[in-house]
Amino acid sequence: MSLEMLVNLLTKSLGQTLQMVAIAGLIGSLIGLPIGVFLATSGKGELFPAPVTNRVMGLIINAARSTPFIILVVAIIPFTRLVTGTSIGTNAAIVPLTIATVPFFARLVEASIREIDKGLIEAARAMGATPVQIVFKVLLAEARPGITLAFTMTIVSLIGYSAMVGAVGGGGLGDLGIRYGYQRFMPEVMLAVVAVLILLVQLVQSAGDALARRFDKRNRKT
Amino acid sequence: MTIQFAAVRSAPAEAGARPMVAFEAVTKRFGSGDDENQFTALDGIDLTIARGAITGIIGRSGAGKSTLIRLVNGLEKATSGRVVVDGVEVGELGETGLRDLRRQVGMIFQHFNLLSSRTAFDNVALPLEIAGMDRQKIRDRVGPLLELVGLGDKSGRYPAELSGGQKQRIGIARALATEPKLLLSDEATSALDPETTQSILDLLKQINAELGLTVLLITHEMEVVKTIASDVAVIDRGKIVEAGRTFDVFTGAKHETTRALLSAALGTKLPEWLRPNLKPEPSAGDRIVVRLIFFGTTAFQPLTGRLVTELGADVNILAGSIEEIAGEPYGSLVVAYPSDPDVLERANRFYAETGLATEVLGYVA
Repeated sequence: MSLEMLVNLLTKSLGQTLQMVAIAGLIGSLIGLPIGVFLATSGKGELFPAPVTNRVMGLIINAARSTPFIILVVAIIPFTRLVTGTSIGTNAAIVPLTIATVPFFARLVEASIREIDKGLIEAARAMGATPVQIVFKVLLAEARPGITLAFTMTIVSLIGYSAMVGAVGGGGLGDLGIRYGYQRFMPEVMLAVVAVLILLVQLVQSAGDALARRFDKRNRKT
Repeated sequence: MTIQFAAVRSAPAEAGARPMVAFEAVTKRFGSGDDENQFTALDGIDLTIARGAITGIIGRSGAGKSTLIRLVNGLEKATSGRVVVDGVEVGELGETGLRDLRRQVGMIFQHFNLLSSRTAFDNVALPLEIAGMDRQKIRDRVGPLLELVGLGDKSGRYPAELSGGQKQRIGIARALATEPKLLLSDEATSALDPETTQSILDLLKQINAELGLTVLLITHEMEVVKTIASDVAVIDRGKIVEAGRTFDVFTGAKHETTRALLSAALGTKLPEWLRPNLKPEPSAGDRIVVRLIFFGTTAFQPLTGRLVTELGADVNILAGSIEEIAGEPYGSLVVAYPSDPDVLERANRFYAETGLATEVLGYVA
């Protein structure tokens, strides 16, 4: 394969991966964020006490997270068709990726919020804050570094997941590696794909770390 | 702009008329269901907190003081009884009423509870944002508050960049932001070193004097109560065991808990070597051990010298200290002298004549 062809293939696949990861990451996180907040605040005696709903939600999320991604992709094909009108292609692949993102990100958000000192919630209540004000002014503000890291982790995992959607014709870097590198015995393609993926993950992680550090005012020195 | 406070705005004639806080037969139990799983944190509390005063509630950890202070702003709800804050019964308030009340009651905490993601300025601004005040007004309010607590130059700093004492000052400024009439202090100096504790107590005293703000503080440190509280209540296992003017309670401590808490702060603890040697009954040739307590007028007289002369026997001093309680001197001296009937008689006559308070601790060989 010529270098030009390789570059063309890589560019196209990278574009597909970025498209899938960006859209699924964004939509999935937007849905996952409130669910994570709910999970962290709806236990007994918490801000929005709803222990039963909390338990049920927890069970659903555990179930979703324990379903292998490749099975999820296939299992929700009818739903995917309903949303995108088709069950194959990059757009179709975004649906299972989004659905896998929601519970993953929600659990991470829950953990970041649970880490916040309960004293801050008490202080806000003592000021006369409403539960909703506490969520926006205290919980989300204080958890911002943690949520930034959670989002970074989610994007990195999504890059990994997106390699599997070749199964439904989603394309992307993973698919390129399998089809050319593995099935057509072109190790140089496989190598190039792996190199691009490593670079991509490094980039995302470094950017996420830097952003989280900027948000984190806890370890400033005088 | 000047900072005005609710307590100052209200007519001075009203001051002292009705207590700022009244606990009436308040009981708080935690846990539900059968008796075995229940824990009684507060048991029939009757207590009033005077308007404009600094009142200390002191007790050991687990005595129920944290629960008690949280009843005032409704962070905890009483199981039975009434908690009345400035004429309003807390238990009857709905969510909205409770939020209004909380804006009139500031609170500071042992671990400061500042938001790490906000600067000093924005932390002080938080209660005002919550109350829905506009940006410009908030700016006008926060500046003077930071000046008041002595941190006008730290406005843009994050809590992680401030010392413990500075964090508590920010906490105080934040608690004062909504111009409350009552300030609740939950072990506010317990995480601070003695010097910083003193400066925070001075600030609270200043705020109380200048703004006429009522202060209710809970602590396990007698030192704190001794330094700034004009009134004190001692709580033990969910019950108020002693309450009154700080000086009266301290000097006339009747309850064992009060005495135990006092002995550390007032230096009235007996020396280690003495305690195992103390006998409740005298045998021939023993010396009597007596604690002499000086306060009020007796604190200013040269009584120790006269004691030696009057007894006509050798007196040895085993322990002693002179302290200041709520601004008044208080001395305690543990002495031993022969327990001959003659000497004892002369001693008792001397005590009666001078009005010196005494307590027989025991006898030593």
